Parts: sequence; C-alpha cells; structure tokens
Amino acid sequence: MKMTLSKLGIGLDARVVRLEACGPLQQRLLALGLLPGMSVKLVRVAPLGDPIAIEFQNQCVALRKAEADSIEVELLEK
Amino acid sequence: MLSGNFCKMSTQRLPLVALIGNPNTGKSTLFNALTGLRQRIGNYPGVTVAKKSGFLVLPGFGRIEIIDLPGMYSLSATSLDERIVLDALCGRLGGVPRPDAIVCVADASNLLRNLFLASQVAELGLPMMLVLNQADIASKHGMEMDTAKISARLGGIPVVAVSAWHGTGLPMLRTGMAELLQKQPCMERLAWHPCVHEALALLRDGLRRGGVAAPIPDVELQRLLFDSAGHLADGVRGHLNENVSLDALVRGARELVRHAGFNPLAAEPLLHYERMRRVLDGAVSVHPPMDTFSKWLDGILLNRVFGTAIFFVAMVIVFASVFHLASFPQGWMEGFFSLAKKHTGVWLKDWPVLQSLVGNGIIDGVGAFLGFLPQILILFFFIALLEGTGYMARAAFLMDKLFSWCGLNGKSFVPMLSGYACSVPSVLSTRTIEDPKARLATIFIIPFMSCSARLPVYSLMISAFLVPQIGSVGGTLVLVGMYFVGLFVALPLAWLLTRHVLKVGRQPFLLVLPRYQTPKARDVLWSIWQAGLEFVKRAGTIIFAITVIVWALLYFPHNEATTQRARSEFVAEQAALSGQTPAQVEAAIEASALGQEPGPLSVALEGRVEAAHIEDSYLGRFGRFVQPIFAPAGFDWKITVGILASFPAREVIVSTLSTTYSLGGDAGADSGTLHSAMSKSTWADGARAGRPIFTIPVVLGIMFFFALCSQCGATLSVIVREAGLRWAVASFLCMSFLAWLAAVFCFQIGSLFF
Repeated sequence: MKMTLSKLGIGLDARVVRLEACGPLQQRLLALGLLPGMSVKLVRVAPLGDPIAIEFQNQCVALRKAEADSIEVELLEK
Repeated sequence: MLSGNFCKMSTQRLPLVALIGNPNTGKSTLFNALTGLRQRIGNYPGVTVAKKSGFLVLPGFGRIEIIDLPGMYSLSATSLDERIVLDALCGRLGGVPRPDAIVCVADASNLLRNLFLASQVAELGLPMMLVLNQADIASKHGMEMDTAKISARLGGIPVVAVSAWHGTGLPMLRTGMAELLQKQPCMERLAWHPCVHEALALLRDGLRRGGVAAPIPDVELQRLLFDSAGHLADGVRGHLNENVSLDALVRGARELVRHAGFNPLAAEPLLHYERMRRVLDGAVSVHPPMDTFSKWLDGILLNRVFGTAIFFVAMVIVFASVFHLASFPQGWMEGFFSLAKKHTGVWLKDWPVLQSLVGNGIIDGVGAFLGFLPQILILFFFIALLEGTGYMARAAFLMDKLFSWCGLNGKSFVPMLSGYACSVPSVLSTRTIEDPKARLATIFIIPFMSCSARLPVYSLMISAFLVPQIGSVGGTLVLVGMYFVGLFVALPLAWLLTRHVLKVGRQPFLLVLPRYQTPKARDVLWSIWQAGLEFVKRAGTIIFAITVIVWALLYFPHNEATTQRARSEFVAEQAALSGQTPAQVEAAIEASALGQEPGPLSVALEGRVEAAHIEDSYLGRFGRFVQPIFAPAGFDWKITVGILASFPAREVIVSTLSTTYSLGGDAGADSGTLHSAMSKSTWADGARAGRPIFTIPVVLGIMFFFALCSQCGATLSVIVREAGLRWAVASFLCMSFLAWLAAVFCFQIGSLFF
C-alpha cells in the first residue's frame, strides 16, 4: 500500500518508494542515507502532533509532517 | 604539483590540516584532545561561524596547524556552516589557506553515513585520512573493524580507530597524521558512470565559453550538477557573460545524466552509498543495532506526559539559574565596583571631571559588560550540557510545533526563554539554530523578551503609582502581564519577518536525534570559557564605549554658572521655607558639609546641582529638544532625558529619574522619597499645567515603552556580532518605534478613561 511518510502509523515499517521531486529536503535525507528502497519506520510523533521521528539506517531523524508529505513510502506487510 | 606547493608553503606557514566530519561524531572532543589548550578562537571573515584552530606537534614531523571545521552531513551546501566547510576546503575562504590535508572523523557506530561525506570530500583530491571515532562503543556492541582492509579499499589512506572520549588511539592518530603529511595519500575517488564525466565536461566547457576564466575544480562542478539549491551557483553566475544562462547549462548537463537512467538529483548519494557499502562489506563484522539505551531514554524523554514535564522542569532549572544564580556574582561585582568608585572618588576629588569620568564613565562601563559575564557563563554551561548530552535536539523536537507557525523552529525555544533573564547570552546562543532564517528571526525577537533589567522599571512604576490605586493584587497582575507584552508583539513580528521580509532561503527542518552521550567536562568548560572570552573581547569594547559616550553627553558642558545658579536657587528656596536669610542658609550648608558624613542639607544641594547639570548637559538639551516627540505619550522632558540616558542600559532610568527629581543618584527603585517626589511632580506649563505628570496612562505608557524599547547597548553590540550592523540598526529602529507607538497608544486611549 502506497502512502506518504506522514500518513504512516506509529511503529509501522515502510519502504521508500521513490523521490519524485528532489528538493533540498529530499537531498538532505538522501545524504543521511534514506535511499529509495530503504526501509523506514515511524517511531514517534511529538507531543504537540508535529514533527514526527523516523528511524532508518541505525539513526533517528525528526522532520515536519508537511515536509514528510513529499516522501512516498510503501507499507511493508509483517 | 601538490608537493611543490607544499614545500613552498612550509617555509612560510605551518602545514594546515582540516578536521571534517558529521555532527555529533566527537570531532570537537578529538580536536580538544589533540590540541590541548593551544587553540585560537576567531570568526570566519564576514560571518558568525566560529573558527576554531589549534596547534600540535606530530612525532617525526613537527608542528602543524589544525582547523576544526563545522560538522556537516554532505557537501551539498545549504546552511552557512556547510558553505564555510565547502569554501574552506576549496581554499576560497579569505584568511584561511587551502588545507594541505584532511582528517575525516567518522562515527564508528554509523560508518556508512559518515563515509558518504568522506567519499564526497575525496573528490577534492586532497591528501586524506580516516579516523573511526567512538570505536569503544562500536566494539561494545560486538562490532569488529578491519582498519587495514578499509584502508586498502580506499586507496591506502591511513585509517585509525580511536576513542576521543577516553583518549585512546591518539598516538596512532598522530603517527597517521605525520604519515598523511609526508606521503600525501589521497582517497580513491568514486568510479563515476561515464555520463557524469560527460556532464561535468559539458559544464566545464560551457562555463569556459561563458567567460569563467579560472578553471573550476571537479568537486565544484559536481555541486552545480547534483545540488538542487547550491550556493555555488550564485557565485558562478556573477562571473558568466550575460548571454549565457547557467540554468540552461546545468539543465543540459543533468539531461545527460538522466539519459543514462539516473535521477540527476539523487544519483550522487546513491552512487557514493553503494560504493561505501562495498568498501565496508566484509571489513566490518556487524552493523551495531541502534543504541538501545537511547531508544529507551527517548521513550521517556519524548513521552507526551513525562517528556513534556521533564522538559519544563529542565527549562525552569536553566532559567532560574541564569536569573538567580547569576545575581550572586553580579552582587559581588557591584559591591566591588561601588567600592572602587568610592575610593577613586576620594582620590580624584580635586579633579571633578576626572572623578566623574572614572566613576560614572570608566568604572560603570567596565561594570556594564562584566555584569553580563555570570549570565553568559551560566547559560553557556547549560547549552553545552544540553548539546553535549544530545538533549537539545529532543527539546527542539518537543517544542517545534509551538514555533513553526511563525517561521521559527524548536531550537528557538531555549534562546527565547533565556531572553527573559538576559538578551545578551541568548543572542549568542542562537548559534545552535542551523536554519539561517529562523536564526535571524530569533535574534530579532529575543530583545523583546522581558529581561531582568526591566524589572526595576516595572517595580518602580507599579509600586509607586499602580499599587496605591489598584492594590497589590492588581499590581502583581500587571507585573505578570508585562512579561507577556514582549512575547505577544514578538511572535507576530517573527511571522512577518520570516514570511515577508527575510530573503534568506528557508531550510527544511531536519533534526537528527543523536545518541545520548556523557559530555566531557573539559569540552563543557572549554566552550564556556570561549563564550565568555569572546563576549569580553568583542562586545565588551562596544558596551564600554557606549557607556563612556553617554556619560560624556550627560556630564558636559558642566558650566560653573549652572552650579552657581542651582545653588542660589536652592538657597533662596530654603530661605523662603525656613524664614532664614540667605546668608544663614549658606552658613547652615557649610556646617552640614563639614561633618564626617555630609548632612541632609548639603546632600540635597548636591542633588539639586547634579540635576541642574543634567538638565544643562548635551543630552539634557537634546532631551528637551526631542520632548515633543514624546509629548503624545504624555512624557515630560525629565522622563525623556531618562529614556535617552537609558539607551545603553535600561535599568539606568531609575537612577536618572531620581537624579533629575533631585534626590541624588543613589535612590533605589523601592525608595519612598523617589515615589513621593515623582507623584508630586506636575506639569509646569502647557495645556496640562498643574496636573500630575505620572497619571495611570503615563505610567502604563512608560512600562510598555520599556517592555518594547531597544535600550541595551550590550544586546545591540552582540546583534552586530551575530547578524551584522544592518540587523542591529533594524532591531533598534523597529523596537524603539514600537515602544513609542505603544506608549502613545497607552496615553491616548488611557486618557479617555482617566
């Protein structure tokens, strides 16, 4: 099932589908190692509802929902 | 060519080694461990990024200089820090020669990401070595690293595993650095797909034909090709002929890459990561699992209930420490300076100009900036702790939503909160905000936070005028309200700034939550020391100068005629009051002045003379001249002069008012005599002649004015330091205008009711 990263439920694993628009945010995520095909997990939402924290490649990174909207992922079936 | 250059340089200057790496890799700890205290702290020309360099002696090689470049994840430069690194590595930074070699520090527990940067930097073609830091943590997680294998796969560059925290592996690192400078091994560059070479050649030719004379190195062409928004493009565009479009050129080059089946904006990290995965394959036993301790702690510290509660407790501790803890050393300093003032006053009493210059100019000036030091040191202690442990990123995560709507981000919270104690350290602490837009906006709004120097003004006004009318509960409510005035003005202002004024490119909010760590005491102490030293060196002189200038404006011309006139007026007044002859009053004054402690009559006379001199001083004249500007706010010339005199430091208003109301400069905010003198004062002439000056609307107007006005030379001087003169001027004008507007508004609306 395809969706954007911000719609992913807490604790769910997904796979990055592709980075269509490659703006500064995507380029920064790529530099951190969030490459297409890589698995990513939404670990936490901040107490005020934004930003979200995601985990990939042994690291935890926070980004805002509005910006996470531009990243398309595919839910991994357990 | 490189070695030739190198030999030539070594006769002129020390070999320069640049330390690069991701943030939170322990790079600065390593730098401190290598250099000890042989460091030099400065700034890169024209920007506020701190430049840290130091010296060390390598075994079998000799003395070298080492520069600690800001941490970064990628060469694709968007933030100021990243531009500095790229410019420094390319030798395009004024005052910093191109490094002779690079030491890339990598976090052993996240090698792949760290090696991505190394692989990018290898494109520079500079001699390079790799330091795998935090090797102890990695091996604790059961990770084994074959440094020889990694070295061989990277083209034979030195690779050493160290722990900067424990100081292990440092001798090996020094030997490796000596080898690096002697043999100058370069890391093997990525074997690019032919399409990238073609694209780079296209760019190179296009730029040459477009009039860019100097050959552009590959690494910079790659930035043009791969980065969606790079700062290099702006630099190159300036050198191009008008008829050549850089965008079209880059588009053409990207088309070549796309044609070969790659997304040009994603190809670079994909290829570097793929390469480094091959390099690490079999050279590293297991990738350590994500730090379970950090995960567990995040579960608590980022929890909706506990996390928020712990955050607020932590912030209360930070704020209370900056606010209260600093008051002790400040009290000692004040005691010391008033003692110094008293003694120099006695020594210099035969030279009144010198006495006043030393007492009210020089000693007050030195006191003015040293008084900020305790707050700076305490705040920077906590910042170093918050950053060093990794909690700062979590605090930003928790608070971001509160600030994102007005263009700030979570990292604005700590500087804004500490702004309630003092703007000076807070403005300095905005360096933790990476996004330049949010950083500038935060610097701009910090001075609106109600700092501790506003409290004496509020408490004087509230206790003298409001409490008698609305009671102490009402007074307390007004005091609490005053603490929110600045915030309510500042946040919409930040919104306006980031939305419509600031032309700085917005950076996406991306926050790496690093592993929790125990900061090293040496690193914490060192960063506090640097913050204090830099403040005294840079801001100190400006604050000192402002204080002395305002002293001079308040002191001169200091005519003898003014003294005589004030004296004869005083004598005449006293004579009328007591029914004595003027001669008898003169005699009584003489007698009063003779005792060990001057009597009340001579003190009153002194106060009267001082007030007359202030009225006649250049600032006093100017105050009366500009008083019409403040007339719509209901301020008389005494308040106006008080406001003008308190531009270097707002708390000065209390002593200026007590002087102009002829009480002598020592009356405090809680002094009953000042209260009654002020409440008894009435308008001498004009439409409101005979009516009291300090009515409720005027008092509220003064409070609003002080809540919003930019009356702090120290803050302005650190804004000059951190954001540039333009920003300091803008801040000054904007705040002063808003303050005036608020005071006028208060008086005009209030006068309808009172």
